[in-house]
Amino acid sequence: MELTRMTAAELSAALASREVSATEVTRAHLDRIAAVDDRVHAFLHVAADSALEQARDIDARRHHGENLSPLAGVPVAVKDVFATKGLPTTCGSRILEGWHPPYDATIVQRLKQSGAIILGKTNMDEFAMGSSTENSAYGTSHNPWDLDKIPGGSSGGSSAAVAAYEAPLAIGTDTGGSIRQPAAVCGIVGTKPTYGGSSRYGVVAFASSLDTPGPFGRTVLDAALLHEAMSGHDPMDSTSIDAPVPPVVAAAREADVSGMRIGVVAELGGEGYQPGVLARFAESVELLESLGAKVTEVSCPHFRYALPAYYLIAPSECSSNLARFDAMRYGLRVGDDGTRDAEEVMALTREQGFGAEVKRRIILGTYALSSGYYDAYYGKAQQVRTLIIRDFDAAFGQVDVLISPATPTTAFRIGERADDPMAMYLADLATIPSDLAGNAAISVPCGLADEDGLPVGLQVMAPAMADDRLYRVAAAAEAAFTRRWGHPLLAEAKGL
Amino acid sequence: MTDTLIPFAEAIERYEPVIGLETHVELGTRTKMFCGCVTTFGAEPNSQTCPVCLGLPGSLPVVNRTAIEYTIRIGLALNCTIAEWCRFARKNYFYPDMPKNFQISQYDEPLCTDGYLDVEVNGKTVRVGIERVHLEEDTGKSLHVGGATGRIHGAEYSLVDYNRAGIPLVEIVTRPVTGTGEDAPVAARLYVTELRDLLRSLGVSDVRMEEGSLRCDVNTSLAPPGAPWGTRTETKNVNSLRSVERAVRFEIERQAAVLDAGGRVIQETRHLHEDTGTTTSGRSKEEAQDYRYFPEPDLVPVAPPRDWVEQIRASLPEAPAKVRARLRAEWNVSALEMDAIVNAGALDLVGGALAGQHRVDHVAGEPVVERARGDQFRDPGDLGGRDREDSQLGLGVVRTPGQLAQPPLAGVSRRRAGRDRVGD
Repeated sequence: MELTRMTAAELSAALASREVSATEVTRAHLDRIAAVDDRVHAFLHVAADSALEQARDIDARRHHGENLSPLAGVPVAVKDVFATKGLPTTCGSRILEGWHPPYDATIVQRLKQSGAIILGKTNMDEFAMGSSTENSAYGTSHNPWDLDKIPGGSSGGSSAAVAAYEAPLAIGTDTGGSIRQPAAVCGIVGTKPTYGGSSRYGVVAFASSLDTPGPFGRTVLDAALLHEAMSGHDPMDSTSIDAPVPPVVAAAREADVSGMRIGVVAELGGEGYQPGVLARFAESVELLESLGAKVTEVSCPHFRYALPAYYLIAPSECSSNLARFDAMRYGLRVGDDGTRDAEEVMALTREQGFGAEVKRRIILGTYALSSGYYDAYYGKAQQVRTLIIRDFDAAFGQVDVLISPATPTTAFRIGERADDPMAMYLADLATIPSDLAGNAAISVPCGLADEDGLPVGLQVMAPAMADDRLYRVAAAAEAAFTRRWGHPLLAEAKGL
Repeated sequence: MTDTLIPFAEAIERYEPVIGLETHVELGTRTKMFCGCVTTFGAEPNSQTCPVCLGLPGSLPVVNRTAIEYTIRIGLALNCTIAEWCRFARKNYFYPDMPKNFQISQYDEPLCTDGYLDVEVNGKTVRVGIERVHLEEDTGKSLHVGGATGRIHGAEYSLVDYNRAGIPLVEIVTRPVTGTGEDAPVAARLYVTELRDLLRSLGVSDVRMEEGSLRCDVNTSLAPPGAPWGTRTETKNVNSLRSVERAVRFEIERQAAVLDAGGRVIQETRHLHEDTGTTTSGRSKEEAQDYRYFPEPDLVPVAPPRDWVEQIRASLPEAPAKVRARLRAEWNVSALEMDAIVNAGALDLVGGALAGQHRVDHVAGEPVVERARGDQFRDPGDLGGRDREDSQLGLGVVRTPGQLAQPPLAGVSRRRAGRDRVGD
């Protein structure tokens, strides 16, 4: 079998039994990148040398009989928002061009320790602000299903890389849907773990109270394997939860929903959702019922305020987090010609270094936090957030998980929403509530929309630290769908 | 421009001063507020830095437990209430010596509130109300090269040393002190002296004004007797006890002249010139920045357990004022004589002589804090082999799945009523 077509679980088994070497696996993926990435543009930086070096090290250690973890030798693509020692880290922004962090993010460190091969850094909307990668300063990534379509965002480089078989696994971050939406529109699996379940140390901050690193994979089990390897308490992140990682791999293997109580969120559907998306979602509901789940409708009345609350909280935090990019210590510096003072150099650098969407959000957030406006905007948005948390609490009092379409529409055409921020923001309509509440959610492929033949994602949401439930439901749905279709959904992707 | 002045005695005849002091104290913790870098003074520039205190993209703060403990010690010694739950906040402004361009500070939820410190002024006890004691991180230090004044304006270039960035800094804010009349300048100096001695006895800081580990901002306003308080000015970074007194005195003389001439005092910050004892105008409060405070989302709230607070309370040393009162009684000396002994820094010498043992270490000016820390207040130690005092064990809000349902940021607005009142 072609190495790049294998799942991470299959690669893991083949590596463990020494059928293949990590070097062969890594080389195969580097070759695939060389063959297709000029069309997909998933990667901003391919770390060929260091990846091969890592692979050789894994092979040597395996040769010496060392007991290695399941991901040892399996390649992983890393969103360019994670600090990687010695590799460029740009966050899709000009302002960080040329910056090589002197340290690894905790998650990158953990992946390296588990023997995963860091293939390179993937494209993203600048500072994770966007739903299409069109806000990247380094060009747009393309959807392997249809190269004229967006791969989602902000982690669109990661989703495109996995869907294009350039990497079996990738990591991203989800602040308003930035893992689940790109996973959904690329026909792969993506998880936003519980906030605090995966470390933020070394993840360049967009909105600190929302940013959540998580895994991408082509199968539910693959995502679970990566989820387990990257998660767990980190003393370097105060908001990290000091509790065992939920048993996500075991749940993905069990894939059993019989007797589970599943709630369909009444507010996430209907108007604004593409008919083909709603049809596939309705089918998913029937499927889960046929597998023995008890499905009811649940109302979360405050979800309708989630989008406006998010667009106050996230920009407010970003206006503060992005203040450090001032040309003084690292990154771009503009206008330092001896005639200007520090303040002018800061202003010129930020003017030229940040893109339009980043500036828009910095201005929004600066305004929302201003004296005299704080209570009406940021304060009020935090109160809405509490109401959304209460909606979830009430819902999870009745059901074990909630489900909805992951996105209102399938992948849209590149350029279609680029000049309409509101239309772009609506891509995260269904994903934002889980970010605001800090609970866990996943997107798993559930078919193709009739109108455009593009993938649709089913979103499953679980209470905080019950991430295993996501994998139980998603794996059950995946198995049943795959039986029905006769092959994984991604086999139908014809973009490349 | 030279300010017109009215002689002090005349000014005090016509106006009543109100003073207030904000004192910044660098804590003597071994490591910084939010990272594991050591805090030794005078090290090679930028040698005591890491991704966290340099504010590198992606880095995150973790609270230094010892800094919380020291702040609680200070709060208890100043008769404050220790918050059962409090948070850090971000104070946002741009300056090259601020690595993140925001300072992690506390805003409307300080760790300690509502205390007092009694100060003996010319035989009378003045009770100085303490509004709050809060914890924040220090900034880096800018060195402006080539200018005449050492200020940024006119400098050819500037160098920044981030060794100081992230050192824990406690801010002690008094309530307005009224009714001291002509004693106001002396009262200001004696308050800072008493506070310095108290902090030294607590072993939480080396309190060296000349090294900047204790710095004062002095607020002064004047109004005719019976009239509402006047507009205050804030003299920044006053770096010696003598200067505290001089700053108040000068502002009284200057503001009296402004008021006599029918003018109005401008609310502004002022800089003290140590050579002349005069102050000049800094930035006007009317163009003051909006710091856009909001709760620090990278840190969970701090909730010091009550039994820990009580343990700290039980370990407090006898306050310097009480020590003096006790020794005065024991030695049978007059208040005047006692003041002379204290002012000569000879308290321990006399005590040692009387007890038949010389404690020369104190007299020789050895850093008492080092001794105290070595003896009693050793940092709780490295946790899990990590070179830092950063554990939130036992003091942070433990993030269990159940508590996650109430994220640290939810429902903040009820506490913000005073946000526009608290100044910088």
